Amino acid sequence: MAQRDQEIIDIKADSTESRRDFLLLATTTIGAVGAASLAWPFINSMNPAADVLALATTEVDLAPLKPGQAITIVWRGSPVFVRYRTEAEITAASAVKMNELPDPQTDEARVKKSQFLVVVGICTHLGCVPLGQRPNDPKGEYGGWFCPCHGSQYDTSGRIRRGPAPRNLDVPPYVFKSDTTLLIG
Amino acid sequence: MRKNAIVRWIDHRLPVVNFIEKDLIGYPEPKNLNYWWNFGSLAGIVLVVMILSGLFLSMHYTAHIDHAFNSVESIMRDVNGGWLIRYIHMNGASLFFVVVYIHIFRGLYYGSYKSPRELLWMLGVVILLLMMATAFMGYVLPWGQMSFWGATVITNLFSAIPVVGPDIVTWLWGGFAVGNPTLNRFFSLHFLLPFVIVAVVLLHIVALRIHGSNNPVGIDIKNDSDFIPFHPYYTVKDLFGLGIFAMVFAGLVFFSPNLLGHPDNYIPANPLATPPHIVPEWYFLPFYAILRSIPSKLGGVLAMGSAIFVLFLLPWLDRSKVRSATFRPITKILFWLLVVDVLILGYLGGKPPEGWYVIFGRIATGWYFLHFLLFIPLASWFETPHALPTSINLSIKEGTATAIASAKKKGVR
Repeated sequence: MAQRDQEIIDIKADSTESRRDFLLLATTTIGAVGAASLAWPFINSMNPAADVLALATTEVDLAPLKPGQAITIVWRGSPVFVRYRTEAEITAASAVKMNELPDPQTDEARVKKSQFLVVVGICTHLGCVPLGQRPNDPKGEYGGWFCPCHGSQYDTSGRIRRGPAPRNLDVPPYVFKSDTTLLIG
Repeated sequence: MRKNAIVRWIDHRLPVVNFIEKDLIGYPEPKNLNYWWNFGSLAGIVLVVMILSGLFLSMHYTAHIDHAFNSVESIMRDVNGGWLIRYIHMNGASLFFVVVYIHIFRGLYYGSYKSPRELLWMLGVVILLLMMATAFMGYVLPWGQMSFWGATVITNLFSAIPVVGPDIVTWLWGGFAVGNPTLNRFFSLHFLLPFVIVAVVLLHIVALRIHGSNNPVGIDIKNDSDFIPFHPYYTVKDLFGLGIFAMVFAGLVFFSPNLLGHPDNYIPANPLATPPHIVPEWYFLPFYAILRSIPSKLGGVLAMGSAIFVLFLLPWLDRSKVRSATFRPITKILFWLLVVDVLILGYLGGKPPEGWYVIFGRIATGWYFLHFLLFIPLASWFETPHALPTSINLSIKEGTATAIASAKKKGVR
């Protein structure tokens, strides 16, 4: 009889322990899930807002541009280089052999109209703006762009040829709405 | 002390774990605290919510008169979840005052301001003043009509000071009217003051820890049977209270976020046209009613300031040795009359200052000051308190009601 009573006490003690453990675990879990789901809107508020996203496209009129000239456009707060390439520059860009390139890509794959090269003007090394847009800028050994920060050199197709940059200059998404109207983004 | 060697090594040099175990987990609390004691920790939690939501709002806000209103609208429309963060901050401010006012009235009822907790009480009044300044400047930031005219009216209170008043107001404005310099400095101060509040809250907690929490019967802890450790008993109770509070908070934020605000503040500030009926936020209304009840510019400002300042004097105005109003028949009635009086003042503060509203406002203002300066001192001299229970433990075993009943019998005898 005494043994049976002791058993009941033991069972009760065990069940209260596990019941308490369960409640503690359930409370902590719900609390953690609640805190995490409340944290998300706060973290997400630091992502680009709707008005920033709304500025994601830029339209440019290229009609005033003559062969050999270049303009820089601001797209999403970053410079985009548009160069009206001469025949000589296009030929030079197409003639390069793929095995000479650190980031192999044909010139045809990088343009929609071969005379207009459109690239994001940010060096793929550490984000400086390369020189080469203005007539008296240094253009590097390959006639494209030269980054003054760490000496990366790009060719007339915006491809990396020498220096620490790992990739070619990025080509932004764009379409020609007419022969001379460019829509970036 | 924990067995873990690393914890012991750290604790020997930086006693954080020791502090948590001694002052937060094992901290002895009277075992008879009722739900009115939830509002202190709740106020602390709301303060953290306000600082966090405010921090994220400040990342999107522009403190310039040409951009402030639009930047707030951009938070509402463009920023991801911006509406949620702003509504949390807006309604959080209101609920902060609800929680703190309940906390203050709890202190008034149970005599928590009495020796040896006078400084604890006074630090609390300092926190209230800082909260009012912070809330006022925060309300100016959206740069709506109520922001602008609220700022104009409240800063003009200082022009009531003789001789130097107008110069002080120009200094506050940084110009000849509320303008861009005013908005800029209000933003700076609105960002700074919450951290000052945190500092004073820490002092408030240090002062609390020395003599511990007051309790519903208002007698000191005498032996081990009178207290229980803070954790898990009051952590669980505080968490439960927080859950209820969070439901009210979420109800406001998601279903009626503008209930406590004024629609005129969604009109951009116009320095050339005052709205026909301007009112402060609801939590200032009792004080606003006191301001308007005195038919003198300086007098009104002084009365409004005194309404808070008199709280600093309360520990010395109330001479009674008995803390809890449960055992003070007259003080208990006076307390509830004060609650009603403050509610009436709040109602009148939101009404236009004309006709009967003015007369009732003066009566209610008079009652407010008479309560603290005459009724409470008199009651503390002439009232016969009921006999106090011998210990917290016994008061629970007998039940407070029976304790009073038996005390009344003793009184008759």
